[in-house]
Amino acid sequence: MTEPTQTSGSRVSFSRAVRGIRRNPSLLIGAFLVGLVGLCALLSLVWLPADPNASALLERLKGPSLSHALGTDSYGRDLLARVLVGSHSALEVGVIALSLGLLLGVPLGMVAGYFGGWLDRVLTLLLEALYAFPTLLLVLLLVTAWGAGLVPAMVAVGISAVPVFARIARAGTLTVRQEAYLEAARALGAPSSRILMRHILPNILGPLLVQSSFTLGAAILIEGALSYLGLGVQPPQASWGNMLREAQSYLSLSPYPTVFPGFAIVLSVLGFNLLGDGLRDALDRKSRGN
Amino acid sequence: MNLAYLVNRLLGAALTLFLASLFTFFALALIPGDPALSLLGMGASPEALEQLRIQLGLDLPPLERYLRWMGGIFRGDLGQSMRYSESVGKLLLERIPLSLTLVGLSLTITGIISLGLGIWAASRVGRISELLLRVVLTLFSAIPAFWLGLLFILLFAVHWRVLPSSGFFGPSSLILPTLTLVLIRSSLLTRTVRGSLLDVLSSDYVRTARAKGLSRRRVLFKHGLRNALIPVLTVLGLEFAELLTGAVIVENVFALPGLGTLALRAIEARDVPLVQGVVLLLAVWVVGVNLTVDLLYGLADPRIRYD
Repeated sequence: MTEPTQTSGSRVSFSRAVRGIRRNPSLLIGAFLVGLVGLCALLSLVWLPADPNASALLERLKGPSLSHALGTDSYGRDLLARVLVGSHSALEVGVIALSLGLLLGVPLGMVAGYFGGWLDRVLTLLLEALYAFPTLLLVLLLVTAWGAGLVPAMVAVGISAVPVFARIARAGTLTVRQEAYLEAARALGAPSSRILMRHILPNILGPLLVQSSFTLGAAILIEGALSYLGLGVQPPQASWGNMLREAQSYLSLSPYPTVFPGFAIVLSVLGFNLLGDGLRDALDRKSRGN
Repeated sequence: MNLAYLVNRLLGAALTLFLASLFTFFALALIPGDPALSLLGMGASPEALEQLRIQLGLDLPPLERYLRWMGGIFRGDLGQSMRYSESVGKLLLERIPLSLTLVGLSLTITGIISLGLGIWAASRVGRISELLLRVVLTLFSAIPAFWLGLLFILLFAVHWRVLPSSGFFGPSSLILPTLTLVLIRSSLLTRTVRGSLLDVLSSDYVRTARAKGLSRRRVLFKHGLRNALIPVLTVLGLEFAELLTGAVIVENVFALPGLGTLALRAIEARDVPLVQGVVLLLAVWVVGVNLTVDLLYGLADPRIRYD
């Protein structure tokens, strides 16, 4: 940033915000889509246009109409209600997988980067090995062991995210470790745990936030694929993936049950991907500007 | 190539495979339930059950079972499938050619398209057409492969009736699955080619080359492309793993008799030896390609060392 930084006055900060958005459309569109998906998920907890599991055989495979905004599926169930409810399992897998990845990956990466030496080498080698193992294979193994459901998807996506978060945390820790204020903290006798939590963690939050957004997008894709294969959310409970699985048998009769759940997946994944891109751009700009 | 780099990559690949084998075996060996009971059914006599358990090696401690399983693999014996009552190795061999064709075809086309589009985009930065391409690529990175496959079936098989929607009836059955994988997977690779080229083209030696009077085209192909390809190679390796797992899903969309559909049948039947076989095969495949990429990477850029 070349202009002098102004901090006072809401009018000024508003125009800065507008400028920021024009420079960073990814952030705006991403935040909007993520907000929309989140809002729909919350809304569907308290209100639905129809009972998502009420079948009406006379209303089978109807197109969009006033009574069914997105049409109906092969059981005559309201597609809008099912698409809204389907957001729950997608976000559930995303949030739990993300928490798992962060809670395991960040401490491992920080410890490896902070202490270095053989501990760093062993951890890095193990995490690299884990990184090379594709997420889908992990899911398939866990589904065979535990049976169909969302837990295998949560655990597999979470474990796959561990090396990614660990790598970010390690790299950030290595950079911050050189800083003078860390030396000062150490000289003052602060214990390692305090240094890691109070001085290093806040400094690597930015890149972790960026990756979190991407991980949520990836988790939604995996949940969709797993439920599409019939190994995730089980019918009659609606999820975007299993709606598409059911729709495939009736492709020649009605396109709507195939089109709308797919849109829901694309919009949510696109939202998280754009949000991640936008956050990265914003953080890059900030670090360059200061 | 630096020897330490070579040794390190080989060790890394071996470790990954070892962990994969441990994981594949113990995730499935310790599942609840009695495989002998599920094979023979509830009416089986205790003697027959006991005999089958011994035959399957279920009476041995887990570590010994793992070692036996690994020993078998090194002799080329992956065990017996419970569902198909055939050897796992034979089932895998039957399914490999189709999956290999699908993945190989998709990877080749993805590579060509991404290289072409990436170069085109890098030479046109900031124009409307390039911006449009970026929007489309971003959109494609959010589309699930199985949904794109369904949309293609809707268009080409249901609406226009020009291509088969499922099963394998010769080369035409591979068109839609390949198209699906290529469109999904070209997104990241094209963006990598573009970004990497732009990085290189803004470097000092490219400015020097331009300053001494070389044409834009000559600089792009002589100086730009060669240096830009190194990061592209890394992403190509990652893309391969994504393509392979993508193929597992896409095969199921189009009901192609490859490794992906075999994996799903095996999981549904809880056919443990078969699942172990498929997963291990795919893991070996991914690790092998990653190792090849790493070694090529070391050859392409002599500066790369392990430290």
